[in-house]
Amino acid sequence: MIIAIPINDNSDNTTICPSFGRSPYYFVFNTETKAKEYMVNSAAQSAGGAGIAAAQLLVDRGVNVVIAPRSGQNAADVLLGSGIEIYRSVGDNLKANIEAYQNGLLNKLSDIHPGFHGHGG
Amino acid sequence: MIVAVLSGKGGTGKTLVSVNLASVVEGDSIYVDCDVEEPNGHLYFRTEESDKNVETISRLYPVVDSSKCLLSQNKDACAKCVDFCRFNALARVGERVQVFDQVCHSCGGCYIVCPARAITEEARPIGHVYDYKVGNTRVLSGQMQTKQAFGIPIIAKILEMAKGSTLPTIIDCPPGSACTVMESIKDADFCIVVAEPSVFGAHNMKMVVQLLRLFEKPFAAILNKYVEGAENPSETLCEEENIEVLHRIPFDVQIAHYHSEARIAAEEEDRFKEMFESILKRITRRFGGEM
Ligand code: SF4
Ligand code: SF4
Repeated sequence: MIIAIPINDNSDNTTICPSFGRSPYYFVFNTETKAKEYMVNSAAQSAGGAGIAAAQLLVDRGVNVVIAPRSGQNAADVLLGSGIEIYRSVGDNLKANIEAYQNGLLNKLSDIHPGFHGHGG
Repeated sequence: MIVAVLSGKGGTGKTLVSVNLASVVEGDSIYVDCDVEEPNGHLYFRTEESDKNVETISRLYPVVDSSKCLLSQNKDACAKCVDFCRFNALARVGERVQVFDQVCHSCGGCYIVCPARAITEEARPIGHVYDYKVGNTRVLSGQMQTKQAFGIPIIAKILEMAKGSTLPTIIDCPPGSACTVMESIKDADFCIVVAEPSVFGAHNMKMVVQLLRLFEKPFAAILNKYVEGAENPSETLCEEENIEVLHRIPFDVQIAHYHSEARIAAEEEDRFKEMFESILKRITRRFGGEM
């Protein structure tokens, strides 16, 4: 099982980033091998569609679960459409959220916001 | 001469200034409502729907035939279209490609790069443009079909319709400083920023002023709902930023009343007509053009 979480920094002491699509890094954690990685979110700088491109990165990385405070509709479409589950993080503590997920304490993310598309408005 | 009227946010008096200026132009004029998301200029220039020329604006969107897409055979076979789209409007989801219309810029690239010819383009309506005349004023406006769509192509279309003419033109811009505003002021000779006396008003005005300076557009401010002697953060901003104040429209219950009833104040009372005529004169003089 591979978990991905948007984070603010590439260090163990980092916190969960409030933005899914524009977080600078993802903490990618393999629950079986315990292997961890700070994956650069190359989509963060996109002018538009950052959520879609970020979700695609995680799909391509073979992620199974995303833990995040929120997600836009487009990103959720890509994640859920690819069979990835999205859970809502509680607070911004990275380790605590991974433990909470593994103990079945996190809820699935249900309120997905329509998102701003950076044009037209 | 093309005058664009802007404001940092909705409700500052941008439409009030626009419709009244268009109304006091001597002879024929054009009023262009570029707020295609929430147009309201048509409320002031009323005519029968049947007297309006209506045109539907469409855009081309990609449609992926999943049975032709190489992903249907092998989910790692191809991602050419996804990699190509620099707007991130395409994603590989399982064994198919999903299109996100809201972020697609209709560049047409994905049709070309697909090795399997699985992508075709489909025209879909995104809104309408209207062209009609009320008295001496030709009214051009647009309406976006959904919030998700782009306003830009509709705005571009109504500005193109206005272009061929040498008549004095007043452009009622969308509120704010988004890309739709930049599109709206592209051809303007002179811009007017309408601001109201509040801290928010001044803050939003500042962003519009930055935009105008970036585009090197000549501009001046109109302070609306002006109360002599009262604190006015927008006026303070004009002093600090060296912005010319073209006019101070006094706070007036009557003008607000006409406007809220979708009546053009300059057509209701001479004192308002004279006020907007003098504003127009100042613009003309400031610009040195003909109005
Ligand atoms: S038309 Fe252009 S912007 Fe739209 S999906 Fe295809 S490549 Fe992307
Ligand atoms: S380029 Fe064509 S074949 Fe390749 S993934 Fe896109 S739609 Fe499928």
